[in-house]
Amino acid sequence: MDTQRASGNGHTQTLIRVEDLRVYFPITKGIIFQRHVGDVKAVDGLAFEIKRGETLGLVGESGCGKSTTGRAILQLYRPTSGRVYFEDVDLTALKGEALRRMRRRMQMIFQDPYASLNPRMTVGGIVGEPLEVHGIAKGKEKQERVQELLRVVGLNPYFVNRYPHEFSGGQRQRIGIARALALNPDFIVCDEPISALDVSIQAQIINLLEDLQDQFGLTYLFIAHDLSVVRHISDRVAVMYLGKIVELADRVELYENPLHPYTQALLSAVPIPDPDVEAKRQRIILEGDVPSPTNPPRGCRFHTRCPLAMDVCREDPEPEFKDAGGGHYVACHLVH
Amino acid sequence: MARLLDVRNLETRFYTQDGVVHAVNGVSFHVDEGETLGIVGESGSGKSVTVLSIMRLIPSPPGKITNGEVIFEGRDLLKIDEEEMREVRGNRIAMIFQDPMTSLNPVLTIEQQITEALELHLGMNHQQARRRAIELLKMVGIPAAEQRIDNYPHQFSGGMRQRVMIAMGLACNPRLLIADEPTTALDVTIQAQIVELVKRLRDEIGMAIIWITHDLSLLAGLADRIIVMYAGQVVESAPTADIYRNPRHPYTIGLLQSIPRLDEKRRERLAPIEGLPPDLIDYPQGCPFAPRCRFAVERCFEEDPPLEKVGPEHEAACWVKPVGQEVLAAWRAAVLES
Repeated sequence: MDTQRASGNGHTQTLIRVEDLRVYFPITKGIIFQRHVGDVKAVDGLAFEIKRGETLGLVGESGCGKSTTGRAILQLYRPTSGRVYFEDVDLTALKGEALRRMRRRMQMIFQDPYASLNPRMTVGGIVGEPLEVHGIAKGKEKQERVQELLRVVGLNPYFVNRYPHEFSGGQRQRIGIARALALNPDFIVCDEPISALDVSIQAQIINLLEDLQDQFGLTYLFIAHDLSVVRHISDRVAVMYLGKIVELADRVELYENPLHPYTQALLSAVPIPDPDVEAKRQRIILEGDVPSPTNPPRGCRFHTRCPLAMDVCREDPEPEFKDAGGGHYVACHLVH
Repeated sequence: MARLLDVRNLETRFYTQDGVVHAVNGVSFHVDEGETLGIVGESGSGKSVTVLSIMRLIPSPPGKITNGEVIFEGRDLLKIDEEEMREVRGNRIAMIFQDPMTSLNPVLTIEQQITEALELHLGMNHQQARRRAIELLKMVGIPAAEQRIDNYPHQFSGGMRQRVMIAMGLACNPRLLIADEPTTALDVTIQAQIVELVKRLRDEIGMAIIWITHDLSLLAGLADRIIVMYAGQVVESAPTADIYRNPRHPYTIGLLQSIPRLDEKRRERLAPIEGLPPDLIDYPQGCPFAPRCRFAVERCFEEDPPLEKVGPEHEAACWVKPVGQEVLAAWRAAVLES
């Protein structure tokens, strides 16, 4: 991919580089002799990079493989094939202690703050655990660091001895963020960090994530299905469909000038809180549902729902994911 | 337009071990024939309990409707006996729920689930009911309806299940369809399909709709009127355009300022509503929004404001009732400075 591409605010140094990433989950039959009968192709050949200090938004509908992508980058799922470089280190080649050492530098914030915190641990235990596991701080030093982290995410430092159930959803998400920050990471995968929260609380967390990025120079992969939120927080945005990125561009470019029919349909489906705008909008309503990732359609995998599909789209090979100019990448026969 | 539903001073409480939950606190609103009313609010704001109270589907105990009237087609639904209520439910008023995965019976075919209402309420025989069911499935856009009718719910996707739910809701030509967050569990492209479908059916059949959601954006292109709920109360009620253009309750203003817009021009910092919604067991004195409100004056903490007229069809429950674009700008500035 073109490394000269300038993103919104001039980030130049590449932090994460993904090459032809594939994650297949095997489907087996039989109890003792498990025959391999197929694969769920959750992620099926991704290539992109994330610059230091930028936020790359990753959007798509449920089941398109966006969460799997985030987890595969962190090596929480080992990729079936492909490479993930962190700076210049190939994470897919690392094991054991070497991988553990790299893990300090990349963290994750989870969707459900009710399920992702251990109910039997105190807030101090939850936030301090990574410090202990990685042998960074113990005892009094750890306590101080934990209180500092709670202050950073806008929680009262006196909360250290409380348990997760004593907190609201928004506060729990802050605890999860404090834990992710504990090891001073460079890179955080935010996997739908606000979709379980109430509307009035979502903005609090979005602002917090933006502040932390400025303060600590963090790089985010921001995974979400809410396109308005992704537009707000991202520098560049990638759109996924059925295990592939179909379009990737600067946030303004992608939203003002979407090239892929799927992106166009997705954007037109998002309601805008303004009755005048809504009255004038043309909706592109997609027919049917997303096909199964076990057996994606041949040719362009969107052709079964695409209102503009041509004969060439129904035939292999798939359209290539190429730069259509100015770092606006798209995989569509209509464009190339 | 004729008045179809009139809810007056509805009050619902849950008597739990921890104390009395003040879920709905004196809610009044109306729906006219053929009108679409949007109810917007966060979790715990009482929007679902309100419509469940209207349908008399509150589990009791612990729930109890402690006060109010629900006048539907001239009768108070809270006063009629259970038998008469069953005539109303599913027949005159139908309801579709948030989660189409759990609200269909997994061990019955789609046919069995739709024809039940037709045979019960309209007295159709099996043949007629099946024919009508296929017609309904076609109407909600299920391909190959003649075959799919014999399938079980697990053989349908989420969006298709919601269509089946809508078909069931429409089976008896209801005058009022209550949709309780019907698209929250669905993807945005499927949400758009369902919204378009409901709009088309509304225009064809001419029923009224109550659409409950936490997503203020969704109602902009869907509702005729909107009521905003907070802590079991209606805090603002207005025609759709006024809610977005001229909101008068600080909570409505706060909601509009805190959601990013798909068409935002410059990246502006969001102005969140600080703090948390109140505890409904330890219900606050005064205005329930006062502790989070930037406009609150002393009176707000002592006396709960009633809904007051601020325009022809526009009401807000606020002692201050801030107005105008300058106020909005000042609000933003104040939030962002803090």
